[in-house]
Amino acid sequence: MNNTIYSINGPVVKAADTKDFSMLEMVYVGEKRLIGEVIGVTDKFTTIQVYEDTAGLKIGEPIESTGSPVCANLGPGIISNIFDGIERPLRDMTKLNGAFIAEGNALFSLDTEKKYDVTVTVKAGDKLSGGDVYCTCPETALITHKCMIPPNVSGEVVETAPNGQYTVNDTIIKLKLTDGTEIPLTMVQKWAIKRARPIAKRLSAKRPLITGQRIIDTIIPIAKGGAAAIPGGFGTGKTMTQHQLAKWCDADIIVYIGCGERGNEMTQVLEEFSELIDPKSNRPLTDRTVLIANTSNMPVAAREASIYTGITLAEYYRDMGYHIAIMADSTSRWAEALREISGRLEEMPAEEGFPAYLPSRLSEFYERAGYVENLNGTEGSVTIIGAVSPQGSDFSEPVTQNTKRFVRCFWALDKSLAYARHYPAIDWNQSYSEYVEELSDFYTENVSPDFMTLRQEISNILQEETKLMEIVKLIGADVLPDDQKLAIETARVVRVGFLQQNAYHKDDTYVPLEKQMLMMRVITSIYHKSLDALKNGVMLSDILATGVFEKAIKMKYDIPNDKLSMFDDYLKEIDEKIGGLTV
Amino acid sequence: MSLQYVGLKDINGPLVALEGVSGVSFDEIARIRLNDGTERIGRVVELSGDRAVLQVFEGTKGISLENTRTVFSGKPLEIPLAVEMLGRVFNGAGKPIDGLGAVFPEKMGDVNGQPLNPVARKYPRNYIHTGISSIDALMTLIRGQKLPIFSGSGLSHNKLAVQIVKQAKLTGEGSGDFAIVFAAMGVQNDVADYFRRSFEETGASERVCMFLNLSSDPIIERLLTPMCALTAAEYLAFEKNMHILVIMTDMTSYAEALREFSSSKGEIPGRKGYPGYLYSNLASLYERAGVIEGSTGSVTQIPILTMPNDDITHPIPDLTAYITEGQIVFDRDLDQRGVYPGLSVLLSLSRLMKDGIGEGYTRADHAAVSNQLFAAYAKVQDARSLASVIGEEELSDTDRAYLRFGRIFEENFLNQGFDENRTMDETLDLGWDLLCSLPKSELDRIDEKLLEEKYNPERAERFIEEARG
Repeated sequence: MNNTIYSINGPVVKAADTKDFSMLEMVYVGEKRLIGEVIGVTDKFTTIQVYEDTAGLKIGEPIESTGSPVCANLGPGIISNIFDGIERPLRDMTKLNGAFIAEGNALFSLDTEKKYDVTVTVKAGDKLSGGDVYCTCPETALITHKCMIPPNVSGEVVETAPNGQYTVNDTIIKLKLTDGTEIPLTMVQKWAIKRARPIAKRLSAKRPLITGQRIIDTIIPIAKGGAAAIPGGFGTGKTMTQHQLAKWCDADIIVYIGCGERGNEMTQVLEEFSELIDPKSNRPLTDRTVLIANTSNMPVAAREASIYTGITLAEYYRDMGYHIAIMADSTSRWAEALREISGRLEEMPAEEGFPAYLPSRLSEFYERAGYVENLNGTEGSVTIIGAVSPQGSDFSEPVTQNTKRFVRCFWALDKSLAYARHYPAIDWNQSYSEYVEELSDFYTENVSPDFMTLRQEISNILQEETKLMEIVKLIGADVLPDDQKLAIETARVVRVGFLQQNAYHKDDTYVPLEKQMLMMRVITSIYHKSLDALKNGVMLSDILATGVFEKAIKMKYDIPNDKLSMFDDYLKEIDEKIGGLTV
Repeated sequence: MSLQYVGLKDINGPLVALEGVSGVSFDEIARIRLNDGTERIGRVVELSGDRAVLQVFEGTKGISLENTRTVFSGKPLEIPLAVEMLGRVFNGAGKPIDGLGAVFPEKMGDVNGQPLNPVARKYPRNYIHTGISSIDALMTLIRGQKLPIFSGSGLSHNKLAVQIVKQAKLTGEGSGDFAIVFAAMGVQNDVADYFRRSFEETGASERVCMFLNLSSDPIIERLLTPMCALTAAEYLAFEKNMHILVIMTDMTSYAEALREFSSSKGEIPGRKGYPGYLYSNLASLYERAGVIEGSTGSVTQIPILTMPNDDITHPIPDLTAYITEGQIVFDRDLDQRGVYPGLSVLLSLSRLMKDGIGEGYTRADHAAVSNQLFAAYAKVQDARSLASVIGEEELSDTDRAYLRFGRIFEENFLNQGFDENRTMDETLDLGWDLLCSLPKSELDRIDEKLLEEKYNPERAERFIEEARG
């Protein structure tokens, strides 16, 4: 029978009296064949959310069933590309439509003309199952793409193509399934974006995601395969922090999801990442980055999909044995897309108009992070770092609160720090990481045996300062005894010299773990030596006059990342100058 | 002759519903002819079976269930576009109201616009000079940026808007043609008059294209006003390669019109009764700023909004600031002390300025000066709160220097005349002068070499004298 549009309300379209559609099925809507997804089925109405602008649709236009859910196309050509929320290539779209996005072009995600240098890794007679690699090709200078048997398929190879140049749609091998049918496998597979790709088992997170950002790596670390949230009001630097992480963290691949955010920001990422050179590989950062851009003015339903598309791409590369970090900016916009669609469906709202299923959707998303053993035996991880934009900077709002339940690492950005231009504006009092314990072995073995002790001391100094500042606010700093004043002065060194980090400085933008450790050692050494001197009756003012505090504040700039031996001179100088003070 | 539908099914606020229609498309425009010969314009906002819901731009006053004939146009709302729109005044729906007749269109433009493909954007890099020290130095306006002004009732945002229109200019190469599109939504009659008069007096009017929707005009027309203005701006910028500054005031009235419309449509309300799609809706306006590949023009936006009850966490300023690239915030306290423009330096921010200032754009030392001014002024607040507890006499010398800096900074840097147009050099030098009132060791955001070259305590003396006297 002919399925047609019965009603239209913004991005929500309904068809009446049909039983042809199934839940979450992808459909084409109208003469222009707009892409939509079935989100509700009753015997009277089928409800469809449309991923494109519905202006111009008419009642009675056809709705076409596809029989499959909304899928991502997975194959070579994903890395360094930029897609919209439903994985349509935006670059190709400009060629077709110019600067503005028009409706109704179902562009294929991947470049079908480019030839890849394919090496087939199996031979006829091999028995393969889900996840096994059957061919590889260099995708970018940094990433070797491995084509894998789809997770739910297994069989015997009956035919392989010779090594050579192939496009993504060429058949590479033929597989005979257990029921006797033969299927050809190209370099592309499809996977429903709302289903997590299967794994062999989850492993515990034991390695940190090294970001080169001091407050994150040492104070509030995140594990590879972990999930973190960055909540912060406008202007606190969420996007800036995510850019820094995307640039410097030691993941193999970055999936950057611009979900309902600014167009100019995506342009900035595009421009900056193609200019920035990764020091480890000497290649532009775009060689390891995938961008998904569904800006705030693009259709809202596709914004909802963009998060799922992003994580599906990440899981696909994880299955090859890579470590992926996802930057989702911002999950609040995604939650608002849920709210908007839910409102159009006239569902019963829960808190602040958000649908009651908000927490379950959030947990589904964050639970797709993890350090895992893949079906093919390799290890890989997906780390999720989600920005949250709380309304009115109020962390008690539903998205922040529910996110907090599903992440183990919370980097709270603070307005007053941002106003004082203290960046990154991560508030050390409100933020936490539950990974510290699990990661302590890594730091102890790979950086320094006393790393965790140093970290604890730095935290203690900050704690002490917070406590003292309550008093100072009431009566001024002058009445404090010298040892407490010392704590405040040292905390200033920690805040300005250690926690503040300059993203625009060539050395300070990324700091290796060893330098972070040595900086902590200098600061704690100043503190201990000064305490000793105070005990011997030296005045605090004399200690401050030695200038070591000021020098320590500037060490992040003065000591280049490749001349860490200079720290010995610093330690020696502290020893001499403070130790040399006499009453 | 196209099909006419006689009569209506229901009328609810600005919305009317028809039944028995067919072949109607979502978002298209209909003409509703009344028996007395007048015509109104409606837009399809919901379709269900053979029922169509229309929003009527001119309001539903005088419409009954039987006195109308409706014709559907088959097209979305389009307005005529031409370079001659500059110097003209239109109503919120794009009809000329200055008595100079219709605009001869070079083309027709769909007011809905289409989202810009992020790949086709160019990252905004050059600045617009406003002649206002606080904005130029601390929250520089970049071409292609959207930088809203958050104000409150009774503050001087309108005056500031006029001063910006009057003084705004481009510098350097590629400054090309510069023009202003002005959209007023729900403003009072005398405010609209004030703008019109000021533009004429200052001689800016021939480079201004105005869209006026007064507070007594229908709310549906108010929803169209920014869309029409931005359509005109995009045309002038991207097809005629001009640099367009769009000023939209007052976004609060716009958002309230949207709430009224949403509630008469019977939609489920979100925060404070605003519809759940307020963010997407505002974004569809604000994101129409930018610079694109293949055109030398730009669209820059300054939306102005009055924060209800001066509350920056109210949904309208909150959602706006999440979309725009920074914000300029008025401070009632400063305004009452007679500082004009009384801008809150610490709450204000321009996200794009870091890439559009410095060598080649403004001046090499711009970033250093603005960072130091921010940092120093932040410390002024600490010193002030401490002084309010323990008294000024008990403060350390450094804290007292900060108090003094705060005073002279507000009086000389923030405060400036309505007719005072400061150059970038004047602004930055003034910043240096004031910073020199602080001890050298406090200027920790400036690198040593630059500080060595510029720091001289004598530079601040005349301001300190003045403050004492």
